[in-house]
Amino acid sequence: MDTVHARFKDKIGEVLLPGDVFTFSVQGGGDCNIKTEKIICGPGLRRNGEEVHVCKSGILRHKQANLYWIDSQQRRYIPTKGECVIGIVTAKSGDIYKVDVGGSEQASLSYLAFEGATKRNRPNVQVGDLVYGQFTIANKDMEPELVCIDSCGRANGMGVFGADGLLFKVSVGLVRRLLSPQSEIVKDLEKIFPFETVVGLNGRVWVKAKTVQQTLIVANLLETCENMTSQQRQTLFKKVAEGSF
Amino acid sequence: MAKDGSTKLSKNLLRMKFMQRGLDADVKKQLDEEEKRIISDEHWFLDLPELKAKENYIIEERSYVPCEDLVYGRMSFKGFNPDVERLMVLMNAPKEEDEVNEEIGGINKMDTDITDEEMARRYESLVGSMRKKFAKKRDRSAIIDREEEVNSNVVDCKPKKAFLKPQD
Repeated sequence: MDTVHARFKDKIGEVLLPGDVFTFSVQGGGDCNIKTEKIICGPGLRRNGEEVHVCKSGILRHKQANLYWIDSQQRRYIPTKGECVIGIVTAKSGDIYKVDVGGSEQASLSYLAFEGATKRNRPNVQVGDLVYGQFTIANKDMEPELVCIDSCGRANGMGVFGADGLLFKVSVGLVRRLLSPQSEIVKDLEKIFPFETVVGLNGRVWVKAKTVQQTLIVANLLETCENMTSQQRQTLFKKVAEGSF
Repeated sequence: MAKDGSTKLSKNLLRMKFMQRGLDADVKKQLDEEEKRIISDEHWFLDLPELKAKENYIIEERSYVPCEDLVYGRMSFKGFNPDVERLMVLMNAPKEEDEVNEEIGGINKMDTDITDEEMARRYESLVGSMRKKFAKKRDRSAIIDREEEVNSNVVDCKPKKAFLKPQD
């Protein structure tokens, strides 16, 4: 067993706290053994020289091909490169829009970062609009930057959306549960009635159904299933489906 | 008198460009060395051990998306928004496809499209017209002639069209 993985493997599924340290003695006997393998530390783990520090409290998770991360609950969003979020346009200034994404700083969004936009052909974005976009620049030292196109210049569902519907905020943890493949919450929810939703990794969720009442029901269900067991959720959803609310 | 004066000239003056011509090699060398010393004295450097570029065995990944295989954020159910449902299929499909491809292994997806023979048959008729397109105008008639030769295998000696001078 390799030493590096063994250190992590002992702790998989355990609660770790900020300040915990994983050290790897590179100068040790199995020098060449360690050097051949790489470790990817996901969110919650931070590299510091030859050590890995824990910087979020939560449960250590592991995925095949040496990927480790901390599964934590938080409400505050920290912009991360490549993640898709829902932003609210707060200002138009020259050739960039300022977008509130729920992070510590507003993100900038260039007017050219929309599908089909050129210098002459500006996209129709007003203050207060909702945009779905992804981060191209997001680090702790710089202003985050959003774009509404992918690397091929296509929108792929990004851009301004949500003429009506309802936007609300949930925890970042619930968003990840909603977006995980084969999410039970989504599977239960889609049985109730047709609706559309946009889920941003920053904890914002936008919902639209056929009527305002249905929209509100979906929104309330999503908000309440944060702290429910799957049985509680299923009984509640059954009640809603039968129309008792 | 002149010689005495030259010895008294200051170094800074001697270093000036218009003074260089009259200087002899010795003095020039001395000046150069001095200049070098001044430069190296004033050159700052950090008194640190040499930084070695170590290979990184620990890679950082800040996003949850690759960790938990999170799906595309726009969803629509029971045909509420067909566009979004199409997008969902598109955005969530590639990963499954990759897995399928890996399972199948060597079998290429291209096989199902158009075979080489089919393509050759299709382009058979196009070869001539493509050649015509890239040939110059002058050569075109020659190409046509040659094709006819190939096709018919009969050498017909048509007189080449030429300008006939009208008789008066």
